[in-house]
Amino acid sequence: MTQEINEELFEHLVLLAALQLEPDEARYLRGELNRQLKAVDTLRAIPLDPEVPTAAHGVSYTPQTSQPARGDLWEPYPDPRRLLELAPETQDGYFVVPKTPHTEI
Amino acid sequence: MELCDLPAHKIAEMVRSKQISAEEALDSALRRIDQVEGRPGSLDPGPARPDDAEKVHAFITISAELARQQARAVDRRVAAGEDPGPLAGVPVTIKDLFAVQGLPCTAASRMLSNFIPPYTATPVERLIQAGALVLGKVNLDEFAYGSSSESSAFQPFPRNPWDTSRTTGGSSGGSAASVASGECHLSIGTDTGGSVRQPAAFCGVVGVKPTYGRVSRYGTIAFSSSLDCPGPLARNVHDAALMLSVIAGADPRDATSSARPVPDYPARLGEGVRGLRIGISPDYFRITIPDHDINEIQHQAIGAEIEQAVLRAAGRLAELGADIVEDVPLPHTQYGIPTYFVISRVEAASNLHRYDGVNFGHRTSKEVEDLHELYRRSRAEGFGLQPKLRILMGMYVSAAQYSEQYYNRALKVRTLIRRDFEAAFDSQGPYRLDALLTPTTTTTAFPVSGNMHEDSVLMQYADQFTVTANHAGIPGLSIPAGFDSAGLPIGIQLLGPDFSEERLFQIGHAYETVTRDDEWRKARPKVLR
Repeated sequence: MTQEINEELFEHLVLLAALQLEPDEARYLRGELNRQLKAVDTLRAIPLDPEVPTAAHGVSYTPQTSQPARGDLWEPYPDPRRLLELAPETQDGYFVVPKTPHTEI
Repeated sequence: MELCDLPAHKIAEMVRSKQISAEEALDSALRRIDQVEGRPGSLDPGPARPDDAEKVHAFITISAELARQQARAVDRRVAAGEDPGPLAGVPVTIKDLFAVQGLPCTAASRMLSNFIPPYTATPVERLIQAGALVLGKVNLDEFAYGSSSESSAFQPFPRNPWDTSRTTGGSSGGSAASVASGECHLSIGTDTGGSVRQPAAFCGVVGVKPTYGRVSRYGTIAFSSSLDCPGPLARNVHDAALMLSVIAGADPRDATSSARPVPDYPARLGEGVRGLRIGISPDYFRITIPDHDINEIQHQAIGAEIEQAVLRAAGRLAELGADIVEDVPLPHTQYGIPTYFVISRVEAASNLHRYDGVNFGHRTSKEVEDLHELYRRSRAEGFGLQPKLRILMGMYVSAAQYSEQYYNRALKVRTLIRRDFEAAFDSQGPYRLDALLTPTTTTTAFPVSGNMHEDSVLMQYADQFTVTANHAGIPGLSIPAGFDSAGLPIGIQLLGPDFSEERLFQIGHAYETVTRDDEWRKARPKVLR
């Protein structure tokens, strides 16, 4: 039995996802989500032995084929001006970011 | 025949031996772009123009000046007697998902429309080091989320050079279209569920999904990090093999890149197929289709023209001495898409969290009350429908209360899909396959703006024969194998065990060679007729 995403749950998801949707967008997206869940539901038909492991990736990593861990080294970028040019707002060679809300403890 | 119609390896040979200059190769490609491209994709395309529907629209950014500088550098190295690299003077295009220092990198999204990377992706860096000329960044589905390239925020979307009323496939649609139409010789795409192989099949070119980790993902905008594989698109197997030999290999900047040595793929292309065991599975001749009218998943036989193309290819390979092994079971193939709906969405949602208008991506210019509203407004304005859909789905199926039911179950089914292939390729098992031969796609290129366009479920099922390789991590090669009765290309796919690209290239090359004089090989894309 497919679990349906109702309007209330959908609105909660939208909030968690840090999105704002127009009404027609919301209608389309909720409809598509429920259709996708219907397709996902076919996975329930597979008899799964509890011993079947999860696979986070397909190809196995061995010490012989894996990259050694990279050193945690600071490498200055040769031309910081290029990075600053990409920012929406800068001041005196620093990025300006919006005020972060916080609570006094 | 123009220079831009020649194979990439021929162009490199001619440049290296001073028969032509790199600038001549570049000029030929630029003339072809003038002939077939039309206007590149843009965020504000305005109303449709009369000739939009007849052009290819592969590009978002054309970097003719950068390519000119690179061509001159190659020509200087040749003149100085230095080695200009194995891709000397070969014009290439880059899917606009790879960072190239100094060129916009949009991921075909408004979210990244102003992003100019301060560094270059490893595989692109290797192409440049090998003497390739970067002609530009090509269009794709927004953030690579799609199978038709229509969901790009940069319109007009790419069109299929064989019939511009059809899609290129996707998400590497601009890559496939630019290679097929001769705008370039090679392109680099990414394949997360079939995004190199499916557009390659639709556009009548060769597409490679390498083994996961064979090519570094450093500098590639992430879709689904455990599935993403950068890979070549080319007009023949030799060129694809040459390109993979350039871009593959360990990269200290990508911990998932493999340290296994990279073979010289072109060197052993001609070894043939005698004695190789090539399997055919009934599970790749049966299509799964969601039927929304009756709210059920249906199964039906694949179309006869595609089935016959695969069987004809098997016959030709058998003539060359391959053993064709029939009825190889791969029973979990049908679950590839539902599994992908879960895994790729969870990973995509995770990867998209960084685009908040502060750390990365478009920032709203509207007045906002606080940081949370800035996030919401920036993401609402920056993302199109497909990223939003993936974020919501990924968050839902990975939520604590649903993850056992969806995410963990999908990860276990991924194990079963991998085991299907391990059994087929097991050298001690009953099948002992060197490779598996399948259709690449369930259909040939479908019409643009058709019913697939807004149906995210139907669109996803277009990848059902390619996605299993991404779950398993194994390599796949799509090659052209003729045309359907509408004149649209048909692609066939070779799948093999981990790191068996060299073997797949040998089989593909053998098929190309034996069909070299077939009548269908003489066909040219409609935009060139």
